[in-house]
Amino acid sequence: MTLSDGYPTETIIGLEVHVQLRTQTKLFCSCSTRFGAPPNTQVCPVCLGLPGALPVMNEHAIDLAIRAGLAIDCSIPPMTKWDRKQYFYPDLPKGYQISQFDLPICADGFLDITNEAEPETPRRIGIIRAHLEEDAGKSMHDEAAGRNDSRIDLNRCGTPLLEIVSHPDLRSAKEAKEYLSELKLRMTHLGVSDCEMQEGSLRVDANVNLHIDVDGKKIATPIAEIKNMNSFRAVEHAIEHEVDRQYDVWEETGKTIKDEAKTTRGWDDTKGKTFLQREKEESADYRYFPDPDLLPIRIPQDRVDEAKANLGELPAELCQRLQTQYGIKLYDANVIVNQGRELIEYFETAATKSGDGKRTSSWIQQDVMRTLNENQLGIEDFAVSAAQLGDLLERVSRGDLDNARARDVFSHLLKTDHSVEDAIKSLGIESVDSGDIEVLCRELLDANPQVIDDVKSGKQQAVGALIGQAKKKNANANPKQVRETLLQLIAQS
Amino acid sequence: MLDSAQEVLQLQSRGEATAVEITTSAIDRIDATQESINAFTHVDRELALSTAEAVDKKRRNAEPLGPLAGVPVAVKDVLCTRDMPTTCSSNMLRNFRPPYDASVVEKLREADAIIIGKTNMDEFAMGASTETSAFGNTRNPWDLSRTPGGSSGGATACVAAGTVPLSLGTDTGGSIRQPAGFCGVTGLKPTYGRVSRYGLVAFASSLDQVGPIGWSVQDVALLLQSIAGYEPRDSTSLNHAVPDYQSALQSSDLRGMKIGVLREALDVDGVDEAVRQAVLSSIDVFRQAGAEIIEVSLPHSKYWVPTYYVIAPSEASSNLSRYDGAHYGHRATTLDPEKAESLGPLVATYCQSRAEGFGAEVKRRIMVGTYALSEGYADQYYNQALKARRLIKGDYDAAFSQVDLLLGPVSPTPAFPLGEKVDDPLQMYLCDLFTVGANLAGIPAISLPAGKDAQGLPLAIQLQAPALEETRLLFAGAAYQATTDFHKLRPDTFGS
Repeated sequence: MTLSDGYPTETIIGLEVHVQLRTQTKLFCSCSTRFGAPPNTQVCPVCLGLPGALPVMNEHAIDLAIRAGLAIDCSIPPMTKWDRKQYFYPDLPKGYQISQFDLPICADGFLDITNEAEPETPRRIGIIRAHLEEDAGKSMHDEAAGRNDSRIDLNRCGTPLLEIVSHPDLRSAKEAKEYLSELKLRMTHLGVSDCEMQEGSLRVDANVNLHIDVDGKKIATPIAEIKNMNSFRAVEHAIEHEVDRQYDVWEETGKTIKDEAKTTRGWDDTKGKTFLQREKEESADYRYFPDPDLLPIRIPQDRVDEAKANLGELPAELCQRLQTQYGIKLYDANVIVNQGRELIEYFETAATKSGDGKRTSSWIQQDVMRTLNENQLGIEDFAVSAAQLGDLLERVSRGDLDNARARDVFSHLLKTDHSVEDAIKSLGIESVDSGDIEVLCRELLDANPQVIDDVKSGKQQAVGALIGQAKKKNANANPKQVRETLLQLIAQS
Repeated sequence: MLDSAQEVLQLQSRGEATAVEITTSAIDRIDATQESINAFTHVDRELALSTAEAVDKKRRNAEPLGPLAGVPVAVKDVLCTRDMPTTCSSNMLRNFRPPYDASVVEKLREADAIIIGKTNMDEFAMGASTETSAFGNTRNPWDLSRTPGGSSGGATACVAAGTVPLSLGTDTGGSIRQPAGFCGVTGLKPTYGRVSRYGLVAFASSLDQVGPIGWSVQDVALLLQSIAGYEPRDSTSLNHAVPDYQSALQSSDLRGMKIGVLREALDVDGVDEAVRQAVLSSIDVFRQAGAEIIEVSLPHSKYWVPTYYVIAPSEASSNLSRYDGAHYGHRATTLDPEKAESLGPLVATYCQSRAEGFGAEVKRRIMVGTYALSEGYADQYYNQALKARRLIKGDYDAAFSQVDLLLGPVSPTPAFPLGEKVDDPLQMYLCDLFTVGANLAGIPAISLPAGKDAQGLPLAIQLQAPALEETRLLFAGAAYQATTDFHKLRPDTFGS
């Protein structure tokens, strides 16, 4: 990219993403991981770090980490282990975090990202590693009323996290967002994580700097790590802002990566600015060493193979299949896949029954998803089953129902437990003979001769008024058929 | 005096004494000796008596009784008890009451033992004399001017003083065996992983192990039987069936057994002549019982102490990070205003709480361990020590391919005078010369009374066995005690 009136500049971004694994219990004890419980109610001697308590590893977290690793094409080494990362903080009750240092559970993967403009040319983003660790608690600093006290909630303490570290392969804020969207899609699709940024089950730290090309010489700006962004949009904005800021600072001071250690910056969403949090990344010495309370973990190849076999289709493969199998467009396939497994299944069942993928896709994206959003429902609680929708749309495709009548049936199905057949009956819908339509149209034209003149003088839309009247006289009259018949009769007159 | 758990059990089953009577007698004895010995940090008469009453009631109702029914047992104050303080003899945990029981404490309760109180120790089990305790040192019942050893000095002194027949200690580098030797009682450090560490306040997690203390091998076997076994809450617990230890004690015929004598242990400088003689005469005892004696060498034994004093403090520096004053334990209340200003209130609270809460030896080890794990130094110290540990284990493997047991001293000298070494950490660390090998290798070892020196101080020998061969230790130990009376020697009465 080139900033206006500036030197050509390349943005270098690496992301560290923490995803909270979807286990029922914590990483080293049996406390619940449920979000939103009253403070310090989901704790025990182990996650409180009480003297004498010992960690016991949660096997399900290992399974989910393997699954996540396979989804981003990582290798799963045969041996991994736990290390203690040591630092003092009140929300870290043991004074160390159980993490993984030199032998992470997942290593050396990648994620292909695409952008909407060029869907056919994906970019490959390298992934250095993904390792398991326990989450810390939450500190709430209450500076109100001059009290200046801090409260600590340890419910989150010990919740399993997978930290996924990318190579600095991302080249723009937009790419960072695409990477995150694809990562989230895979993790949610595979049931590895909920990836809710608002609840903290997905957290992003972005390492950003610039390579500025000054007359063929590459100059790197000091690296900043940006923290506390709480949405993908915030990540995008923060990086965009940081790119401009680093360029300006460089122009002003000339400082390069050699002059300044990595700094940590926060993101202020309301001001739309990053701000300095820690001046110099103090060469923090975490004094990692293997946790003597936990045994190394051996992961035999057959466990990895089994996980691979159970992985199922990844979102990209699924998109491809939906396009070829149901004849829908990439965009539509993406929308459906993004909604998650349940909706994908719903779509496939309905499309198979209706025999018309395109129509099914469009109904799901409009009628179904709108209703779900309005009522804050998930597809699993939706009143119209996939089979019913397929049945309904099959009738539309056959020409038994027009879209308007189909929507009436759909609304009826939402309110009752009728079958499609019964709904059609109770709405009094029946197909109207074309002879009856012709009779109806003649009556209308006889009563409204000026419409004939209007149409003949080129105002075709004049028939619209008669279509409305036809509907009133016979609710089952197909408007399209009425229109065609009217125009035919006028032309013949 | 209550000095045999077997006898205590028999008195009750014969109806000659109730648990309440036995418990009362134990507590009376504690009351009489506490001032002179200071073996206990906490005794709860009411609680002990109510447990004893419950045991008596069970017996009256002919309900099933546990294997330690009505036997008073003392517990080292490093093991969590939900109904008593757990202080680790530290000001840091002076008022700490855990909300849960250690696994071994649960097992004592299930066995219907009477948990009589908590015993004094070196602060956080760091020391070899019980002099680093924040509650004052314990004295040796054989000579009140001398240390009982440590860190389980309270746990061995309380048995030697005749207050309880059994106690639980912990052994990270010799902390059961050395004080057992100093106090003339029998103490066993089990295989690492044989007894659950859940609820044992960690000093050095890869070395710590809970073990039994009593006068005789029989009593030690009885207590081991109740506490040994796999426990899923400790990931390092070994999933192996627990043998019937009592059945190992039926014979004293050692024919076919090969016992290796450690050449290095007898040649090394600084070993007291009486200690050497005790080991040499024990060789005759074992030979007469039918064992074959072979001289063996553990070539890396000179690296035991240096290796131990890197690994143990490294783990300790991490394990003790949790005592920061934020959640429990001691918190500095009035901050030094200068420090609060320069460090900020949070870091100042950490620094001052830890400065006030920990004693000198604990601080020394935290500093050594922090240094050994630091970036740039870990390869020279911690990682190097891990390599040495592997070589040390290899020595044991080679030795145990030739012999069934290893015989040697427990510590270089008998009990030393109080105050002699407390200001000289290196001299104190050399007390561990012969004991830390078993911890580094994770193998079981036992300390057996082996007579008295010219000053009347107890002498001891140590047997070591391959991992999970506690039975072999107990078998040979029982054979030794079948032909010697050293475990029946008692200190002269004192106190009241």
